[in-house]
Order: sequence, then C-alpha cells, then structure tokens
Amino acid sequence: MKLTVNDKEYEVDVEPDMPLLWVLRDELGITGVKYGCGVAQCGACTVHVAGTAVRSCQTLVSDVDGKITTIEGLGTPDHLHVVQAAWIEHQVAQCGYCQSGQIMQAADLLKGNPNPTDQDIDDAMSGNLCRCGTYPRIRAAVKTAAAKLKGG
Amino acid sequence: MGRIAKIARRTFLIGSATIAGGVAFGIYEAKKPIPNPLLKDLGPGEAAITPFVKIDANAITLITPRADKGQGTYSLQAYLIAEELDVDPHTCKLDPGEPHQAYYNGVAAADNAPFPGYDHGWLPEHVRSILSGVGKIMALQLTGGSTTAADMQERLRMAGAVARETLKEVAARQWNVDRKSLQTRDGKVIGPGGKEIAYTLLAADAAKIDPILDVTLRDPKDWRYLGKKVQRTDVVAKSTGTQTYGIDFRIDGMVYATVRANPGLGGDVRKFDASKAAKMRGVKKILPIKHGIAVVADNTWRAIQATNAIDIEWGPGPYPANTAQMWDALKASATDEFKDSRFRDNGDVSAGLKDGTVITGEYRAPYLAHAPLEPMNATVMVADNRVDVWTGTQIPAFVRDHVAKMTGVDVGNVHVHVFAMGGSFGRRLEDTYVLQTTEIAMAMKGTPVKMTWSREEDMTHDYPRPMQLALGRGTVKDGKVHTFDLDLIGQSMTRSWFGRLMFAPPGPDIFLVAGAWDQPYAIPNYRVTGYAAKEMVPVSSWRAPGACANGFLHESFMDELIHAAGADPLQERLRLISDPASRKVLEAVGELSGWNGPSLGPNRGRGVAFTFSHGVPCAEVIEVTQTDHGIKIDKVFVVTDSGKVLDPVNYEAQASGGVIFALAHAMNCELTYANYAPEQT
Repeated sequence: MKLTVNDKEYEVDVEPDMPLLWVLRDELGITGVKYGCGVAQCGACTVHVAGTAVRSCQTLVSDVDGKITTIEGLGTPDHLHVVQAAWIEHQVAQCGYCQSGQIMQAADLLKGNPNPTDQDIDDAMSGNLCRCGTYPRIRAAVKTAAAKLKGG
Repeated sequence: MGRIAKIARRTFLIGSATIAGGVAFGIYEAKKPIPNPLLKDLGPGEAAITPFVKIDANAITLITPRADKGQGTYSLQAYLIAEELDVDPHTCKLDPGEPHQAYYNGVAAADNAPFPGYDHGWLPEHVRSILSGVGKIMALQLTGGSTTAADMQERLRMAGAVARETLKEVAARQWNVDRKSLQTRDGKVIGPGGKEIAYTLLAADAAKIDPILDVTLRDPKDWRYLGKKVQRTDVVAKSTGTQTYGIDFRIDGMVYATVRANPGLGGDVRKFDASKAAKMRGVKKILPIKHGIAVVADNTWRAIQATNAIDIEWGPGPYPANTAQMWDALKASATDEFKDSRFRDNGDVSAGLKDGTVITGEYRAPYLAHAPLEPMNATVMVADNRVDVWTGTQIPAFVRDHVAKMTGVDVGNVHVHVFAMGGSFGRRLEDTYVLQTTEIAMAMKGTPVKMTWSREEDMTHDYPRPMQLALGRGTVKDGKVHTFDLDLIGQSMTRSWFGRLMFAPPGPDIFLVAGAWDQPYAIPNYRVTGYAAKEMVPVSSWRAPGACANGFLHESFMDELIHAAGADPLQERLRLISDPASRKVLEAVGELSGWNGPSLGPNRGRGVAFTFSHGVPCAEVIEVTQTDHGIKIDKVFVVTDSGKVLDPVNYEAQASGGVIFALAHAMNCELTYANYAPEQT
C-alpha cells in the first residue's frame, strides 16, 4: 500500500490492521513519533493525517486517508514551524519524549483556533500527557505561537 | 550536643558495616589517581586533556557522564565545562562517555551517612568524605539522588580550566609569549594584537605537553553561562523530533523483540503454549527467558501481537497476593524484630506522651509506579568476544558489569552506549530490561536485538516506590506541639534495589526514614523509628527516595498536632525550627502566599508543609477549593533553598514539574495489587 509521509511517497507491505505508529517507526524509520501507551491514552504518537491530529497508535494503516505529517515534516532545526520556535523560546522540553505529540496537537489547535484561551488550551491538550509536568510552559508556548501567527 | 555522641556510636557501627572493611583500604585506593578512560581510544593527532574534554582537529567534545532523564544534566554538565573552557556548548559535540571509574558518584554514597543534611559539623563531614571514597572504589557512576550538580560541579569546571590553560600553554610556546598574557573566547586562544588560533588546531600539540594543573576556578561574578538563563543544549532536538532516545536507535540487521514476564515479580513460568504465536507473520523466534517468554520478530508491533497470543500459566509471586494483605504485613511489622533505626530520639518521649492532650494518627503512602513515558527498552548485540549495548540508563557501569557476567565476555569488551532517556524518575537505576535483552541477544548471536516493553509490561513490571505505613503518637500542651513520635513501617528500598545491583547493604536503611528523621524541628520530645518489613513487591528508588513518602507522612502528622494545639501551621513550624536556611524558606513561602492563617473563606482553604530533603529545605503553600467533584487545587507556592542555582531555567522547570508530579501521584496514581500483579495497567 502507498503512504505519503512528510511529502515523500512510500510503498509498504504490512497487515491492514497494523497501527500507523509502527509503520512509521519500525517500517519507515521515522522515529520522531513516539510510542508511549499504544491505547491512545498519552498522545505521544500524535501525527497529522490530512491536516488533522490523530493518535497514530490507534489509527490502522488501512484507515489512513490523506497525507501524513510527523514532527519531522512540521519543521526542522533549520526551518522551524512557529509552534516549534515557541517551544524552543519557552524551553518547554524536559525529557522531551512527549513533546513531538504535544507540538503536533498544539499545531492542530492553532489551525482551528487562532486565539485560544487557557481553557481552550487545556481542553485541546488534555489528552497529551507529560510525566515531567511541563504543562505551564506548554500553555505559555501555545500562546506565544498564537501571537506570532496573528502577527504574521 | 548529646545527639552527636549517640549518632557517632551508631555511625561507626553503620559505617563499618556499610563499608564492609573498605574504609582503610578504600581511602587509600580512592586517593590513587584514576586512569583516564579517554587515553586508550585516542586517534592520531587527538589530545585528551582530562576525562571530561576531548579535542581533535575537527571538534571539541564535552563528556557529560551523568545521565539525562529530562532533568537537564547533559546541558548543565556541558555548561559547567564550557564556563571555564570558554566554548559555546552549542558548537561542541556532547558525549555521555563510556562507563568508567573516573566518573564515580561521590555524593550519592555520602548521602547515605546518617546525619541530617543541614548538619555540617566535623563528624558528619568526616563520614561523608569517607563514604565518598567508597563511591569511587565501587565506581558507581550512578545518576540519582539529586547529586549531579553537587557532585560534578567542581570536577567539570576544573576540567574545563585545566584544558583551557593547557591549550593556552601550547599557543604561548608557538607565539613565544607568556601564557598569562593570553585570553580565550569561544573555542579560540587570543594573543597579542588580537591574533587567534582555534583549540582544534592546538589539540595535536596539547597532547605532547604536561597539562597545566595549577589553575584557579573563575569567580562566580565573572560567569558567562552559569547562573544565567541559557538555552538548554538539547531543546532544539527535543522540539523537532530529532533527539534520539534508546527506543529510536536503529542499526542494520536489527530485529525487534518484546517480552512477557510473570507480573508476580520473581514468579516462574509454569507452562506455555506458543503454537499460535509461532505461526504469526514476522515472528522469528520464541524463547523462554528468566521469569517469562520473549518473542523476536521483524517489527515491534508484530512481536507484541505474538506475545499476546501465547498462553502462559504463571506461578505465584514470592510475596502477599494483594494490597490488603500487604498492609496487614506492614502493620504486623512494627515490632522489635523489624526495628531498623532510631536516628532521632530527643527528650523523653515516653514521659512526653503522658503529658498533654494525646493525638494519634495513621497514614499510608501507596506503591507508585515510575511510568516514564518511554517504555523500558534496550538494543544488544552479542558477537564473538564483544557485546554492544545501546540503552538509556542511570547506571552504565552496573549494566556493563552485569552484561559481562551474563555473557562471559570480558568487561573491557562490553560497550555501553548511553542515550538520553524519555523520563526515568529512578526507573532506570535498574537494568532488568537490559539483561532480558541480553538473554535474547545471546540466543541470536551476531544479530542486534532491540527489545521494547509494551506499556502493559512496563506498568506491571516496575519496581515501584515502596508503600509505607506511618503510625504517629503525640501530645500537645499549652497550645504547642510537645511530643512527636512517628513509626515508619515499610520495606527497605536500599536492600531491595542495591541487592539487585550488587549486594544488600547491611545496617539500617536511611531511605526508610529519610525526609522524617532528619527534619530540623526542635520538638521537646521527638522520635522517629524505622521498621523494615520483609520484602514484598521488589522496590526501587523513586523521585526523592524516602522523602517522597515520608515528607507527606511526617508533615501530615505534624499538621494534626498543630491543629489540635490550636496553633497556626506556619507560625508553629517557625517556632520549632531554628535552622536559618529552613526558616528562610518558610518565611519566604509565607510572604509569597500572603499567609495569615489557613482559612480563605467558604469552601476554600490552604495548608503549608515543609520538608528537608537531599540537602534542600523546601516549603509549599497550597490553596484549594472544595467542589462537587472533590478538591480543586487553585494555587501552589513553592520555595526551596537549593544553594547556588547554576541553571535558573531548569531550576524553575524542576520545581514546578516536581509539584505537578507530586500532586498527580497524591491524587491519581496509586498502584494496587491483586493476584500478585498491579491492577493499573
């Protein structure tokens, strides 16, 4: 079956019920997307499918309809996405393991809501766990990113 | 002080027991210079100046041996070197280095000395220095117990300074000038008339001269990085998905494995049927391992699916089967037979308990999982007379030694490649997951095996924070706390954990009572007794070991007494504490929170607590509202005196993250057991 990940096409030969997460990580070697729980309870595996945030551990590869974007496709160290830049400005990451998912979720939130309140942020981000407890900085970084997006 | 004499006698008992004849020999051994691990692998033209800095024609490498599990250690260690070396760490290579004795952890061993952290008298300091020597002999290279900043600070700065002066000496000889006339900046030596030369160009010659050891560390007022807000060295990688964790490691020819072991930790496999799993796509091998079954496949998901398809009958775990029985076991252990320590015994507690209004209390702290978000994993390749291990670990030297023993390969040929960790909280002070992987890799000789635990395996095979029971008796008199007597009953974390790593240390376990016996309260009658129950679920160190449970247990009972006395929770604590640093944090948290008593109006209130842990006095005020769904936490004020803060961004992150971590576990994360296994998977 064919997949488009970060604007690159791949042909994969896997079971239709293999979760997208494992296709990305083990078959394609795209490791920015993380395995945390496997049951859509932690958000570490969040990627965009057709522009919308999904939990790749609970998305069967055969159900994928549209282009896939992972954290590596959102922006790179040399060409940062505005959300990534805000994450760096606020030095959000501690262990960093959940942050790919956090950033992908935040990018999705800001697409639909350029002006999120604290409550909007908490609601949108509540499915993304951070064991280090970086939540206060996540909230601040989302606001910085929102302001930057508005300011052009 | 009578207390010192009493403690001294015990200390020599403990000391000699813990050190097991190692003191005299140890100190002699520990004071020998440590061989430099970087000298043996140097290429032509490379110069190793100290064990912490490596420079060749292309790059400056800063060696940061303390593991990074999210607490920013790699970054801090790099900046400690960089401050003296005069380099921008973002332009250097960072390398955690291979395990070696030169990276020993002195403070972790010293922290086991039975003196309160606020006591810096001659005796405590003396014993700490002896224990620190023991750490060197045992080559712990252990990251834990909040020791990195304290333990590494001087060594890393000195390494940077020695490197800088040696490079300057090389340039001075080339330019025929006095070394003292030269400056350094951003990886270059700057000479007369502003001419400059890069360190990388001096490296080859630096190898040929004796290092300049006569250096003075810079005055903190001249610091460029330390104590300032700097960018963490890993923050870009961690914001772009380019940080490689152990679980992300890939190598040609690698296969993917997972395991299912008996969730009754230590229990055996009675029988299993893998006939269905063996036929599943991608499965390469199914093999029994210690306490469980492993599946090797061509993809982690396929390996997990196959293990789930294996029918396994487990034997019982070697401990009580459920939580209720475990609490009963602890309750039955508050007897002389299990008495482990009484480091705190002030005044006359028996008399005090007959004097005033008697208050009693019982408190419980449950088993808690570490549950870092990156599940346990390792990649191991066993070849002829060489083993490579790629993993996130806080104990690389133990991993090396254990893998060597298991495979029969010489320790010198076991290479441990350490990765940044996706959390740990003490979890990766254990190496079962590496040894499981090694067991599989031994059956797949020549093939690199990446083993990843499923989340379910991770949750059911943690060595949790010990559950602990506290029984308090006390009296209040004349509106004051008069007697405080606390029994702490739990398993010995140190004997369980270190028993797996090396040997179960004899003598009392300081962590059983840490965060309770060592508090700076001057209560007239004040006693803390530790009772070490028999081992139940094997346990391990968890963020701020000892204090993570005992701080809550001690302060909860303290609060009950203060409440019964009718005193103000903050003022009564201040009345009882004379240690200046501890008073300061209490006063500061009072000021910050606008404290004028616990009440904040209808359905609202606040409380204060204080704990001295790991050398740091810490006070918090928490404001809460009673709602229909339970208590809502409105605000938390936290004040600590952590000494000189080297990395203010990270300091704040650790303080606020610590509060969130603690509150989450206080409210949601209890591990309960049924049929020997955690119910929360």
